[in-house]
Amino acid sequence: MTRGAQILLLALAVAGAGGCASVPNPDPRDPLEGFNRSVFRFNDAFDKAVAKPVATAYKDVLPNPVRNGVRNFFSNIADLLIGANNLLQGKPEEALTDWGRFAFNTTFGVLGIADWATDMGLDKHDEDFGQTFGRWGAGSGPYIVLPFLGPSDARDSVGTVFDWHFDPVGNHYPVDERNAAVLLRVTSQRADLLDASRLLEQAALDPYLFVRDAYLQRRRSLIYDGRPPRERLPEDDAPPAAAPGG
Amino acid sequence: MLDYIARAFLGLAFASLAAPAGAAGADTPPDVLVKNVTLEVVQIIKSDKEIQSGNRRKIVDLIEAKVLPHFDFSTMTATAVGLSWRKATPEQKERLTQEFKTLLVRTYASALAAYSDQKFDFRPLHAKPADTDVTVQVRILQPGSQPVTLDYGMEETASGWKAYDVVVGGVSLVANYRTEFANIVRAEGIDGLIRNLHEKNESLARSGEQGKK
Repeated sequence: MTRGAQILLLALAVAGAGGCASVPNPDPRDPLEGFNRSVFRFNDAFDKAVAKPVATAYKDVLPNPVRNGVRNFFSNIADLLIGANNLLQGKPEEALTDWGRFAFNTTFGVLGIADWATDMGLDKHDEDFGQTFGRWGAGSGPYIVLPFLGPSDARDSVGTVFDWHFDPVGNHYPVDERNAAVLLRVTSQRADLLDASRLLEQAALDPYLFVRDAYLQRRRSLIYDGRPPRERLPEDDAPPAAAPGG
Repeated sequence: MLDYIARAFLGLAFASLAAPAGAAGADTPPDVLVKNVTLEVVQIIKSDKEIQSGNRRKIVDLIEAKVLPHFDFSTMTATAVGLSWRKATPEQKERLTQEFKTLLVRTYASALAAYSDQKFDFRPLHAKPADTDVTVQVRILQPGSQPVTLDYGMEETASGWKAYDVVVGGVSLVANYRTEFANIVRAEGIDGLIRNLHEKNESLARSGEQGKK
C-alpha cells in the first residue's frame, strides 16, 4: 500500500468522524465542508509552524541559480509522467514534446538542471492522473481537503495515488536518498509559492472558500488544457451553481 | 496540490502589469493596449529601485496612474456580488465598488513587488473588427514551469477598451469572489459585505504600515 492510499484512508476515517458538522451555506460541490475546514485549519497550522519557515530559510540561504537548478531538476523528472499522461489522454504530439524535453534537458541540460528545452520552444505541460481521468469522463466528485497535501477532489485523490505510485523520485532507492529527494522537492515547491501564499492571505475574506473555488476553476481549466467551454458570467444568476461534471 | 492554485494566483502579479496603459488612445485595439502597458510598467519597475525594495506607496501610485483607468471596477464588482447587486442602493453600490477596488489594488501592489524578470508572450487577438467584447491572451513564461496564462475579458466602452475580468491560469478573479460575497450577503446583508471588505482593507493597511513584509 502506498503512502497516498494510507493518507486517503486516514482522511476518510477522519471524514466519517467529523463530516457531520453542519455549515451555514452548504454548497453542492462541497458536501464535506465541515470536515474539509478542519483539515484546512490543520494544514494551515502545519504550514505556519514547519513548511513555511523551512521554505523561507531555503530561499534566504540558497542563491537564485541554485534554486532554479533544483526546480528544473525535479521538473525534468516529472516530464516523464507528464508525457505518459498526455499519451493516455490521446495527445501523442504533446507526449513526444514532453519526452523530447526530458531527453534534451537530461543530456544537454546536465541531468535536467538547466531547462534549455523551454528556450528551444518545447513548452512545458501540466498533466497528472487526475486530469487523465477527467479527460476520460470521470466527474470530479466532492471537493476534499487532504491532510498535508491540500485541496483535491474525489477523482484527483485517486489520481494522486497513481501519481505517487509511478513517481520516479518516490520509487528511488535507497530509502534515505529517496526521502532526502522528496523533502528537497517539497521544500523547493513551497519556496516557489511564498509570494503567492502571501497574496492569498491578503486577497481572501475567507481563505477556505477562496482556495476551494480557485481549485475547482483551475482543475476544470486544466482538464480542457486551458480552453474550457466559455462561461460568460451573467451578472444576475444565483451563485453558487452546481458544478458541471468536470 | 496547492501549487496549482498558488501559481495561478501569482499570476495576479502580472494581471496588473498587463493592464492597458494611459499612453494609448480610445481607439487602440485591446491587444495592442495590453502589450504597450505591460511593457511600460515592467520597464518602470525594472528601473525603480524603491519599487523593487518594496515601497508600497510608489507601487500603489504606479497602479493608480497606469492600470486603474483601464479596469471597469463597477462591472467587476457587480459580477462578483451577483444577484444581490440589483437590490443594492446606488450608495451601497458605490461603496462596494470602492472597497473592492481598494482590496484589489492592495493585492496587486504586493504582487507587483514579487515581479522578477518573467517574460511575456502576447498572443494574436482572435476577434472580428466589429467585436465589442474580446479576450486578450497573454502567457507568462518561466523556465521549469508551464506558462501561466492570463486572459483579459475586455469590453469596448465610450472611453476605450476596459477589462472586466482577469482569468489567471484558468481562475477568474471575479468569479472567485462570488461564493464568499454571496455567503456574507446572506448572513449579514449588503451592509455586512461592505463592513467586511472595509475591515479587511483596514487591517491590510495597518499591517502594511508595520513592516514591508
